[in-house]
Amino acid sequence: MNFLAAIGRTFLGFLAATGRLAVFTGITISHCVRPPIYWRLLGRQLVDIGYYSLPVVGLTTLFSGMVLALQSYTGFSRFNAESAIATVVVLSMTRELGPVLAGLMVAGRIGASMAAEIGTMRVTEQVDALTTLSTSPYKYLVVPRVLAGIISLPFLVLIGDIIGVFGGYLVGVNKLGFNAGSYLKSTFDFLETQDVVSGLVKAAVFGFLIALMGCYHGYHSGRGAQGVGRATTNAVVSASILILISNYLITELFFAR
Amino acid sequence: MAERTAALPKIRIRGLTKSFGSNHVLSGLDLDIADAESVVVIGGSGTGKSVLIKTVTGLMDADSGAVEIDGTDVLSLPASERRAMMNRFGLLFQAGALFDSLSVLDNVAFGLVEAQSIPRKQAHEIALDFMAQVGLEPDVGAMYPGEISTGMRKRAALARTIATRPEVVFFDEPTTGLDPIMGDIIDELIVKCVEEFKITALTITHDMDSARRIGNRIAMLYDGKIIWQGPTAEIDTSGNPYVHQFINGLEEGPIELVTSRA
Ligand SMILES: Nc1ncnc2c1ncn2[C@@H]1O[C@H](COP(=O)(O)OP(=O)(O)OP(=O)(O)O)[C@@H](O)[C@H]1O
Ligand SMILES: [Mg+2]
Repeated sequence: MNFLAAIGRTFLGFLAATGRLAVFTGITISHCVRPPIYWRLLGRQLVDIGYYSLPVVGLTTLFSGMVLALQSYTGFSRFNAESAIATVVVLSMTRELGPVLAGLMVAGRIGASMAAEIGTMRVTEQVDALTTLSTSPYKYLVVPRVLAGIISLPFLVLIGDIIGVFGGYLVGVNKLGFNAGSYLKSTFDFLETQDVVSGLVKAAVFGFLIALMGCYHGYHSGRGAQGVGRATTNAVVSASILILISNYLITELFFAR
Repeated sequence: MAERTAALPKIRIRGLTKSFGSNHVLSGLDLDIADAESVVVIGGSGTGKSVLIKTVTGLMDADSGAVEIDGTDVLSLPASERRAMMNRFGLLFQAGALFDSLSVLDNVAFGLVEAQSIPRKQAHEIALDFMAQVGLEPDVGAMYPGEISTGMRKRAALARTIATRPEVVFFDEPTTGLDPIMGDIIDELIVKCVEEFKITALTITHDMDSARRIGNRIAMLYDGKIIWQGPTAEIDTSGNPYVHQFINGLEEGPIELVTSRA
């Protein structure tokens, strides 16, 4: 009996949280498309999310591209298909690894800090203070972060794609002994616009999800330092899971026939 | 029953109820505040004074009850009209709630810039004037809330609250954490706001000296209700055992003390 009650309570709690998230998302989107937009705050978030994430995303994609070339060489050399390596690197980078790796790294970096910042503001009543000063917390805090996420992630991923492909090129030419010209040729021979575009669409969706989760968990943060800590963890975990789920869904949308 | 006033009260609170789980904080609270009147609410720590302010301003949802401002029930207003109502309110939070990503000057000017669309430069001038009124030097303006003392934060928050010239202001313990001289200055400032700018003020305080200075009327909150209210002059002769115990700080009396002694 107790066990059933616990399940029931968990289920109801889940429904309530889903409802709250749906409301939060709805209000956020409605504020995103209605003026005024705080351009100055949006600019600051773009710098925070876009510019300061460049090193992290660059390093991650560089080494992923390099390891991709190395690993596929061990695999493909058994079938004498070394020339396919460049294609494998560029396709996996643009379609999957670029957006997913950048998304996960930014989720850890930005999702956490958004949740911590807004959560602290919630706990110290700064969010309420915004309301009493006739300023919508959604407009002032949430919208700039969400828009910045949507805008900056595609740029980060595009740069990450290029760096990743370059990493593969470095390993291919310097370590595996490919000819530079033919490596580049096979890189671009099979690359289609759709490969890159699907990756950028993913990036925009991931950027939205990261910022949304960071803001949502911060906004509904519990009391005290513990509440903020939990909000931070939840923001990163939920953003990461949503990234992986939506990655599958978008892939199916683009490439399943 | 509260006394009937001929004129419509500025704020009329009826049957306000708020619980957190089994913790019944407010249980059917009634209070009227006339236009340009200053009412002080006293009560023990944890009796729900801050909750009262937050439910009245709509920051916290009340479980039931009505709060009428100029005759309109604000708790049932749609969000957009509630925001317009918020424009007329000012709230000094107990812990200040300054924005720690903004300088003190930007904090004080915040409502002027964001809600009243006053150009930044002009808003800064007004803000400096209000900072001077609460005894803050202009060079404090460039500092961040994390870099100034608790009492200075409190005063900066007070300046931010009144800078927008709200009609109705809620002060949550405006003088706690201040030295007696500064406390006096803040009390006088609140009195000036009521008398000169005709604001309606609801002030919460533990400090009886301050309560006597600020309030036209004093109300005591106990067990979720206003158990006594009357003109400030009558507080010493209230005849109410709770009030008597509270204002004289006695250990003996009807108020249950939560500490346990061997
Ligand atoms: N967000 C909240 N969640 C749960 N309980 C709360 C919350 N806010 C306040 N309470 C409870 O409501 C009661 C009254 O709190 P409140 O802050 O209004 O006290 P107070 O009268 O302002 O005390 P003080 O004079 O110490 O500031 C307390 O028992 C507190 O535990
Ligand atoms: Mg309080």
